[in-house]
Amino acid sequence: MPKITYIEHNGTQHAIQVPVGRSVMQGAVDNNVPGIDADCGGECACATCHVYIDAAWLDRIGLPAPGSQEASMLSFAAVTQPDSRLSCQLQVTDALDGLIVRMPEGQH
Amino acid sequence: MNQDSRHIVIAGAGHAGGSAAAMLRQFGWPGAITLIGEEPIPPYQRPPLSKAWLKGEATAESLALRPAAFYPDATIDLRLATRVTAIDRAAKAVTLSDGGTLRYDYLILASGARARRLVLPGAGLDGVLELRSAADADRLKAALRPGARLAVIGGGYIGLEAAASARALGAEVTIIERENRVLARVACSILSDFFQGFHRARGVTIEVDAQVAALEGSGGRVAGVRLGDGRLIACDVALIGVGAVANDELARDAGLTCLNGIVVDLAARTDDPAIFAIGDCTSRPLPLYERIGRLESVPNALEQAKQAAAMICGKPPPTPEVPWFWSDQYDLRLQIAGMPFDTTEIVVRGDVASGKFALFHLTADGTVQAVEAVNAATEFMGGRRIIARRKRLTRVRIEDMSVSMQELAT
Repeated sequence: MPKITYIEHNGTQHAIQVPVGRSVMQGAVDNNVPGIDADCGGECACATCHVYIDAAWLDRIGLPAPGSQEASMLSFAAVTQPDSRLSCQLQVTDALDGLIVRMPEGQH
Repeated sequence: MNQDSRHIVIAGAGHAGGSAAAMLRQFGWPGAITLIGEEPIPPYQRPPLSKAWLKGEATAESLALRPAAFYPDATIDLRLATRVTAIDRAAKAVTLSDGGTLRYDYLILASGARARRLVLPGAGLDGVLELRSAADADRLKAALRPGARLAVIGGGYIGLEAAASARALGAEVTIIERENRVLARVACSILSDFFQGFHRARGVTIEVDAQVAALEGSGGRVAGVRLGDGRLIACDVALIGVGAVANDELARDAGLTCLNGIVVDLAARTDDPAIFAIGDCTSRPLPLYERIGRLESVPNALEQAKQAAAMICGKPPPTPEVPWFWSDQYDLRLQIAGMPFDTTEIVVRGDVASGKFALFHLTADGTVQAVEAVNAATEFMGGRRIIARRKRLTRVRIEDMSVSMQELAT
């Protein structure tokens, strides 16, 4: 099972085995990882599952670019960066094994 | 964990109660947590019930708030098919439907809301349904096959979402609305007209200004809805979606202040310091709008769950949020930020006919109180920020699409 490491804003790390087919958001919620709120449950409607993905990682795994809904939602999410993504839109695949995501200071 | 002998009882295992239990553990609550739910299944998400779940596009796993193993793993004692039937505030104890009692140090009431019932002849016939729980959704789903005729009483969000899902399943749909437009209680007439037109163009019949006189049937099963003007809308199944009523009786019986819901403050406290209330069952401060109100929404349930958990665990209170709501119908996504209290003007940004637009609701001094966005996520997100900052905008700037939402929100 792919391992995803979630790093809270305060530096606390959570290494989680997330089944293929779940989203990166669900992996966090299923394991009660703080810092990903996911208010809308994965509908890309709320932008409270915002994470930062290391740019080097992004290039290496070639994640599909954000869709237009995700890009629109991200345009006003809390403290966005070029490496911002909504984790509900990232499906876990074997290629994501080892992925590291960091959480912003807040989701609201 | 559980070195601490203190005990939190959460009465209600919906979105609010389930989330409160999880957040208490996130915030480091060291004591026991008992989560009591009336339904036979662990906490799940209700929004998909009228959408993906009804259309068969969601699984029980995707509906669940968290995997079943989460509760034992987090040492949360989840008791299903059980209700809290009474609160003894003096003894700090609750009585359960199975006859047991539980002492608490803190009690969190998360009893939710129930579908409003109509007192109508025939309301008890088989095939007269409501849509609140997964069991309700399964009953409706079983009846929705190609060619089946669905009568929806009430043109609110539940009714419209169910209508859209039913059309996707090939059912024939008639919506019966008492007011002169759908969404009359919850949206402006521009939005009502847009949604009415969209549904009608997809084969839904909408009867407005229509009173329901009775549900009629044969052999104990519904066969039609009799209107006040004498017409009969023939149907195989009828869905009543006429709003929800707060489940505040338990609190009322215990002497807590209730006013269309259990009255709480911004830390989700009731007037008993040991008792909190969260979610659909509460009447809460709306700080942006300087009034109290009941919000039936998942974001509200989560915000209040966080308020209660933070207060109990001694964490800083969360920043108050702009209330928001969403609804998916066909390929439309409606996102609403804020509430249009005290507004005098509606400004349209974008072209309504294009199906991608936003409605800005302004007070007399131009303060943006609410933004209703259809397939316009940027306007919704920018609207949340504008409302939170109590920004004033002019009609000319809002209408000017060459002015970006980033500029409007700055």
